[in-house]
Amino acid sequence: MPARIVVLGGGVGGTLVANLLSARLGRDARVTVVDPTGMHVYQPGFLYLALGQANGRRLVRDERTLLRRDVDLVVEEAIRIHPDAGTVQLRRGGSLAWDHLVIATGARLAPERVPGLASGAHDFYSLEGAQRLREELRRFRGGRIHVGVAGIPYKCPPAPVEFVLMLDDLLRRRGIRERTELTLLSPLDRAFTIESASRLVEPIMERRGIRLMTFFNIESVDPSAGVVTSLEGEKVETDLLIAVPPHRGQRVIEESGLGDASGWVPTDRATLEVEGHERMYAIGDATNLPISKSGSTAHFEAPVVVSRIASQIRGSAARANYGGRVMCFLETGGRRATVLRFDYHRPPVPPRPSFAWHAAKRIFNRLYWETVPRGRVPELPRGGEEGAER
Amino acid sequence: MGATVEVHRSIDARGMPCPGPLMSLIGAVREAEVGQVIEVWSTDPGSATDIPAWVRKAGHDLVEVEETPEGTRFVVRKAR
Repeated sequence: MPARIVVLGGGVGGTLVANLLSARLGRDARVTVVDPTGMHVYQPGFLYLALGQANGRRLVRDERTLLRRDVDLVVEEAIRIHPDAGTVQLRRGGSLAWDHLVIATGARLAPERVPGLASGAHDFYSLEGAQRLREELRRFRGGRIHVGVAGIPYKCPPAPVEFVLMLDDLLRRRGIRERTELTLLSPLDRAFTIESASRLVEPIMERRGIRLMTFFNIESVDPSAGVVTSLEGEKVETDLLIAVPPHRGQRVIEESGLGDASGWVPTDRATLEVEGHERMYAIGDATNLPISKSGSTAHFEAPVVVSRIASQIRGSAARANYGGRVMCFLETGGRRATVLRFDYHRPPVPPRPSFAWHAAKRIFNRLYWETVPRGRVPELPRGGEEGAER
Repeated sequence: MGATVEVHRSIDARGMPCPGPLMSLIGAVREAEVGQVIEVWSTDPGSATDIPAWVRKAGHDLVEVEETPEGTRFVVRKAR
């Protein structure tokens, strides 16, 4: 009898794991993806959508079209995982039995956790949010804009910095930059989590007249007064607040008692096993791992999980380990970008921002659908990178 | 050992690269009640500067910093 493998979540990680497992195991496994919407969303496109540089319709595809034919897709919400019984309960009744489970449920946006945020801030962390923000920016004629973070960890750590730099471009093109005060509210004592990248972007921000306020973790928003208060006790007045909403793990994780205080799944950083559960794995944004929540993380984790499950099914020793590998582009405005490549032990050494990396990112955005979810990813060129090789 | 204060939440951020330990602390302080005590274990050298700097800026109390062979333990009381 083929091994029953259930994958929860049809995002980057879930789709890739399912496709790789079915290709590798063939008739030895029956792979089923469970996803509440059945639609696959390319989330890195939200940044471009909000700035009027992408079409929302191109950021969504039917998950079925991305999965190999021999992978089953169940469009249903998983509401409870029963590790001991080896089942997943579904919203509309019924359940699925599994021998191996992969949790790739991603993160959930929880704006309700910060008072005033839902009505007092825009965001580019959902399709709808990015579309609303695009309209708001079209109407914007000048004033004070603050870009900030209302909870950590959040997906795609470079996004607020990228957004503020690309917004600067947009405002200049529209001739209203001089009438706009642009401020980045950083949760840390620098512009960006990674120190080397911060050293790179802070001078660019300064040259462009973008103000940086450090240690500003948004705690509450007063929408009618336009006042934002930080956890550190500071207040700023704004005309347009653009904030990364707090993130949490999905409800199914919390309701199954599998998450930590924020709903992230405690996961072994090397084997990617859910702690205390041999036949359960977690990847991508759903884990509690101390690395970036990004599609790239899920992408590099997927082959490890596939290899480990294949070993378990075929009775061989599992050897694949995840080393914390992540790769992110970082748009620095002015049609330039850099790239961050790092792992658990090696911090990134970002190359000088260039048009080539910006172009590479734009090409990647287009090629995504034919490559990443299907397990076809060319290694990116390393030209111009200073010493971050592995 | 600093057994003098009752710790409400302990975070083991050892092995996390900078600024992971600080980010975990900020998240925990956000969810804690005023007066509660949080301890963070870190092995990242950056924590020695960024954790005290944030605690000071945010107006909380750095109750204790303890160096051990297994890492550094920062004990923070949410003060406001």
